Amino acid sequence: MSEYILQMKNISKSFPGVKALDNVQLNIKEGSVHALMGENGAGKSTLMKCLFGIYKMDSGEVIFNGEKVNITNPHDALKKGIAIVQQEQSPILDRSIAENIFLGKFPLKSYGFIKVVDHKKMYEQTEQLLKEVNMNFNPKVKLSSLSVSQMQSVEIAKAVSANAKLVIMDEPTSSLTENEVEGLFEIINKLKSKGVSIIYISHKMEEILKISDEVSIMRDGTYVGTWPANELTTDLIIKKMVGRELTNRFPKRENTPKEVVLEVNNFTSIDEKSFKDVSFNLRKGEILGIGGLVGAQRTELMEAIFGIRHKVSGEVIYKNEKLDIKKPRDAIKKGISLLTEDRRATGIFGVLSISDNVGIASLDKYLNLKIILDNNKLENVVSDNIKKMNIKTPSSKTQIKTLSGGNQQKVIIGRWLANSPDILILDEPTRGIDVGAKYEIYLIIAELAKQGKSIIMISSELPELIGMSDRIMVMSQGRVAGFVSDEEATQENIMTLATKYM
Amino acid sequence: MESKKIKDFIGNNAITILLLVLVLYVGFTQNGFFSMNNFSNIASNVSPRLIIALGVSGCLITKGTDLSAGRLVGLGGVLSCTLLQRADYSSKFFANLPELPILGVLLLVIVITGLFGLINGTVISYLNVPPFLATLGMQTIVYGINLVYSGATPLGGLREDYTKIATDGINLFVIQLKYLLLIAIVVGAFFWFLYNKTRHGKYMYAIGGNENAAEVSGVNTFLTKIKIYTLAGIMYGFAGFLLAAKAGGASVNLGLGYELEAIAACTIGGVSTTGGIGTVPGILLGVLVFELLKTCMQFLMIDTSYQYIVQGLVIIIAVALDIRKYTAKK
Repeated sequence: MSEYILQMKNISKSFPGVKALDNVQLNIKEGSVHALMGENGAGKSTLMKCLFGIYKMDSGEVIFNGEKVNITNPHDALKKGIAIVQQEQSPILDRSIAENIFLGKFPLKSYGFIKVVDHKKMYEQTEQLLKEVNMNFNPKVKLSSLSVSQMQSVEIAKAVSANAKLVIMDEPTSSLTENEVEGLFEIINKLKSKGVSIIYISHKMEEILKISDEVSIMRDGTYVGTWPANELTTDLIIKKMVGRELTNRFPKRENTPKEVVLEVNNFTSIDEKSFKDVSFNLRKGEILGIGGLVGAQRTELMEAIFGIRHKVSGEVIYKNEKLDIKKPRDAIKKGISLLTEDRRATGIFGVLSISDNVGIASLDKYLNLKIILDNNKLENVVSDNIKKMNIKTPSSKTQIKTLSGGNQQKVIIGRWLANSPDILILDEPTRGIDVGAKYEIYLIIAELAKQGKSIIMISSELPELIGMSDRIMVMSQGRVAGFVSDEEATQENIMTLATKYM
Repeated sequence: MESKKIKDFIGNNAITILLLVLVLYVGFTQNGFFSMNNFSNIASNVSPRLIIALGVSGCLITKGTDLSAGRLVGLGGVLSCTLLQRADYSSKFFANLPELPILGVLLLVIVITGLFGLINGTVISYLNVPPFLATLGMQTIVYGINLVYSGATPLGGLREDYTKIATDGINLFVIQLKYLLLIAIVVGAFFWFLYNKTRHGKYMYAIGGNENAAEVSGVNTFLTKIKIYTLAGIMYGFAGFLLAAKAGGASVNLGLGYELEAIAACTIGGVSTTGGIGTVPGILLGVLVFELLKTCMQFLMIDTSYQYIVQGLVIIIAVALDIRKYTAKK
């Protein structure tokens, strides 16, 4: 028997246009806490999804508990003894703790032919399980009455109830307070002492150095290496995570930032865990990058400025005029546009044509006699867009959902450009897009800045942030951690700021 | 390749093709089906139902529904009858009512039913009540109001200049084009224009396609939905006005179940249950399918009880085929 509970060997996985995992390996010692680290998009989640059979890997093998295994779905993984406690859990809020834990495997008792759920046994077992995760709760309590951290403990209890030998925790502390984190660590140590192994995925350096025995680092879909945690420091980890050469992946920028056009002052969210007291300004013809880790509340901030989310305080001053933005249409009228992060949820109209997708925000421009839409005017704008942005589509009548992600993104950029905005906010404009289309989007951004438009670009990809921005605002836990100018922008500087308030 | 195209075409138009076969069969085996009289009869039946279906189509395209349609048709019909009875009719509802201008009555009726639609839209937008429940509640309320207003008395003795709207037409050579048909054509053209040539139409499809994205794109989703439900209310009132004229009277039960027929017709005509899709010609086709099916069954002397079973089956099959179109393409 080897000392490893899990060995993943030579795992590769490609998506159309992207190599997400390239010959990655991961070895987890039995009864250890193993941290898995890497930038956003380094391939951690993809690797875990391959382990759970959510993605089918192109090549490689998985050895679990001394046996070569072929896991086809999360349920299968759980049966074999691998459980996951997810970043976003999906519990059934209106049912009891016990029912949530035993869902799909209720203990039964029989009355002759009739089998019914053995509630007594279920509640007893739940109480036992809850004790193991330091929870003193009535198993009949509805899940909705628990806090986020308590729900997480229930999730862990669920993993324990399945006799899991390996538990994966994906960003388990992202929404916990410090005390709750301590509680989680106690539970982790308890599990460890019982011989359970844990893969701990997190961005938080201090936590990782404190709780883990070993650290594996990934970068750009490749495996960098594994080190004992006591040989590492925060600086060393950052270096290993970002240590790559910047090649010429970005177009030359020829814009010159001029006078300040937009001031955002003291923005604070209605949600206590979101952004706090954020202030910044934006110049004409400037590309302002917004950096930070996942959960830094960058999207929330931008959506609040655009009128999608609520704030308790904060003002927007645009060209010396105080704006009162309550709805996106208020912002759009003033010449501010937002390309949202989640293209499917808030970007595309899947069943509608490319023309309709482009035209929707600027219909006022194509009217005859103030009511009749002149489809020719719209078609001119659309075909202009298709040509200029190199959108690959059979025709302008094609349903947008049939296009690739990159082409969809270009269509939506076209929607906003049709409105000739002065300020364009781009939230992760190149996420999930292949390399070629990325470069084309960079070209568009550079060109717009050159024309004197002001751009705010949220990006979780550091090279992109550094390669495209004139200035970078880095956020950490909802607050502004600092600004980095083009000259001093290095991945190390940005990462240090991004973890400032953790 | 060619055979796949043909197969797709048959799959996508199965209901229409089947109906066409049925129409041809009935037409050549039964006397009087292919006659001017029958044609004019079908046209008069289709017209008010098309108006109702067009009204409800906007709600469906935006992923909503309107269950108050039938009862609003009833209210529209009853209101019209009470205000347009003959002076010499013995059991006149308002005994001393002077002769009102027909257009004025129509206007009043559609303003009232439009107001109920406005309330539907407002409740759905601002109070976030799911359309199914909001309009289900309204359905019951409107029926109650109609009972209170009319006291459940059947209304007859309508003025001839009013009933003529439904029974008369323009004589064109040998053909008589019923006013009802002409009205339906005008309403259909209006909706086609609204859906294809105005901002309102584009906003409607956008809300159906992805309401969140529509909001982010600056669409006033609340106002658009309110307009849709108000216009729907207006259409129901108008249809009620026409149906009462056609029948020569009305009772509180006028319009019972018409909302379901209209929703079914829209769906058969390709208005997608998942939102964002639906055209005026499609809706016309859906209404025609339903009416032709009924007429064919009448000509074949099929018992009315069985007719219901067949109609129900057609609805389920049509929706199943519609859904199949979208799931197969993934």
